[in-house]
Amino acid sequence: MAERETDFSDLERRLGVSRRTFLKFCTGVAASLGLPSGAAMAMAKAVADPKKRPPVIWLHGQECTGPSESLLRSEQPSLEHLILDLISLDYHQTLDAGAGHQVEQTKKRVMAENRGKYLLVIEGAIPVKENGNFCKIAGETMLHLTHEAAEHAAAIVAFGSCASWGGVQSAAPNPTGAQGAPQVLKGKTVVTIPGCPPNPANFIGTVLYFVTYGKLPPIDDKGRPKWAYGRLIHENCYRRPHFDAGRFATEFGDEGHRKGWCLYKLGCKGPETYNNCPSLEYNNVGGGVWPIGVGHPCFGCSEGGVGFEKPMFALSDVLTHTPPNMFPEIADRGEAGGVGAGAAALAGAAVGAALGATAMAARKVDEKDREQG
Amino acid sequence: MSEYQPLGGRILTRPVLALGFIFLIGLFFMFVRFTEGMGAASNLNGGYAWGIWVVYDVMVGTAFACGGYALAFLVYVFNRGQYHPLVRPAVLTSLLGYALGGFGAFFDMGRFWQFYEIFLPWNWNFNSVMLEVGLCVSAYILVLAIEFAPALLERLGKKALLRTLNKVLFLFIALGVLLPTMHQSSLGSLLIAMGHKVHPLWQVEHLHPLLALLSALIMGFSIVVFEGSVSSVGFGRRSETHLLVKLWRVLVGLLAAFLLVRFAVLGFQGKLGLILAGDFAALMFLLETALFLVPLLILLSPAMRARGSRLLFAAVSMLLAGTLYRFNAYIITFDPGPGYGYFPSAPEIMVTLGVVALEIMAFLILVKLLPVLHREEHA
Repeated sequence: MAERETDFSDLERRLGVSRRTFLKFCTGVAASLGLPSGAAMAMAKAVADPKKRPPVIWLHGQECTGPSESLLRSEQPSLEHLILDLISLDYHQTLDAGAGHQVEQTKKRVMAENRGKYLLVIEGAIPVKENGNFCKIAGETMLHLTHEAAEHAAAIVAFGSCASWGGVQSAAPNPTGAQGAPQVLKGKTVVTIPGCPPNPANFIGTVLYFVTYGKLPPIDDKGRPKWAYGRLIHENCYRRPHFDAGRFATEFGDEGHRKGWCLYKLGCKGPETYNNCPSLEYNNVGGGVWPIGVGHPCFGCSEGGVGFEKPMFALSDVLTHTPPNMFPEIADRGEAGGVGAGAAALAGAAVGAALGATAMAARKVDEKDREQG
Repeated sequence: MSEYQPLGGRILTRPVLALGFIFLIGLFFMFVRFTEGMGAASNLNGGYAWGIWVVYDVMVGTAFACGGYALAFLVYVFNRGQYHPLVRPAVLTSLLGYALGGFGAFFDMGRFWQFYEIFLPWNWNFNSVMLEVGLCVSAYILVLAIEFAPALLERLGKKALLRTLNKVLFLFIALGVLLPTMHQSSLGSLLIAMGHKVHPLWQVEHLHPLLALLSALIMGFSIVVFEGSVSSVGFGRRSETHLLVKLWRVLVGLLAAFLLVRFAVLGFQGKLGLILAGDFAALMFLLETALFLVPLLILLSPAMRARGSRLLFAAVSMLLAGTLYRFNAYIITFDPGPGYGYFPSAPEIMVTLGVVALEIMAFLILVKLLPVLHREEHA
């Protein structure tokens, strides 16, 4: 017991956060991952152990640094400390203090020393047309750098929509042939954390899981961690009851919009976008701060083939329930209750026939009994 | 030599042909239900999700099919061997009733293509009140098939297999008593889940399972009496009145228990006044109670119960009573909210009649082909 407390007091000094805040954070992450409460302590221990911190190589391709920004500007207490201390961020073009040949050499050294042990984070799309000449860092193409770093990485995380499936760069006509990391690194497992920008909590949760258990969390066919992207926004949206009841905002500022009704008819892509925005919201300020919460339809930023591809106000496909036509109507009350003449006659005939047959049989039973004495 | 024997005789008699015709009409509408959808064939709606397909084919149909259960209880649990001649026809009726009840549940299922999930334990929904019923009923159909298997094996002359089966049959008979006890009571607990939608006179909360079980047993014994009387008339066999009448004590006990619980609950809940409210529901309640009371009086009078016709009337009255009890609770006085109404459509009724016709037709044919009915003893 005493030993564990000492560990965490070390951590307090190292991270500059109170033990209480730190444990609360770990519990929150474990809960949003859907893990049992014991997992929070396992995570806390893993973070407290400096030996466990994996080295991280962070590559930037075609992007706006939005994912990094969202991670750093997170309002959670001292989150940036935790991020920087949870992992050993050895190469990150925006955050590195050094520059030029010095950092490139550091990167090469770290990759050579930690072969098969470092975590590779890719941020931004990778252009592949013209041998990838559209994006170069330190004289090398992003395409080459990605393959090089992925070769001996312990795990690869594509952070943001650009790295996950191409993002805005890959929107038609896509002059540079921008692609996401999973498309470039065929045959390798790439965990994707899509979003524009992605929710930092989804990244932190995934990395904490990796640090604690030494493996990646369960992912879906697009590489997205299931705990964060397992459900459609539509499924957990708090405007969902309005959808089910058929109450829709049809214009910005109309009665329905002011009353907070469903934004489906304004082109909300929640019914076809997998993300946990309704439960986590954004910027950690609460109060319904996320697109749908502030009255704007979701535009599907994290869903390949939806965000940057479908028009903003086009109706989305409702993936959960587009009922086959053999389902009965949900609220069909109009025609119900009528007693058809034919139906009544049939029901009467059936009951009558049964009773008539009984009467006939009864007479015969008595005759038989008399015969047998 | 078996104590049972096939009746033999012509298969395609006039009743069989007539029933076959009704079944074909039903089959046509089943086809419509699967091609055009539920709405095209039935009057089911968002308020009344349970129509006659569920309430008649499943709730009433399986209670009618409790003959095998009731007799297994009597013969094997209370060791009353004298009723053994009645067992095999009762098991056949149960098998047919349950198999067709399961079939009825299938075409009543909105998403019938997911039916196979019941066979995948890892996909079970433990929060569903239907899970226990679904599992139990499918298991019981299998058990009934095994219980009935000796008839088929005797006919085919598979003596070795028959001997092996007879050694383990006690296990299946035990299951055949356990499983219906479980799911017949669960069918009652579906009404607990319906809460205030069920009329106060029928909402007895945690006593639903008991009433469902008691009424299923009453209907089970009644169908044995009914079947015994009608088949002696229909097939020109000796009257079985002397044997059937011996069931009177059991039936009186069950009827008394049912009525006692029914009224005691209403009394404790302070709802007895509703019986005299003079509205439609009260009228239905009185009709239902009368159908339970009349057979009680017939069976209590030695002169009445000795007459085959009175015994048959009592049996039919009990069958109607159990049926009306279920129809009242699930459909007739059921109130899902303002604006909803339900009366089955003609195609819906034809599907149910088709299933009933198939059941009777199968019974008529099988007793001629297989050793089901008891060998006649000559006086």
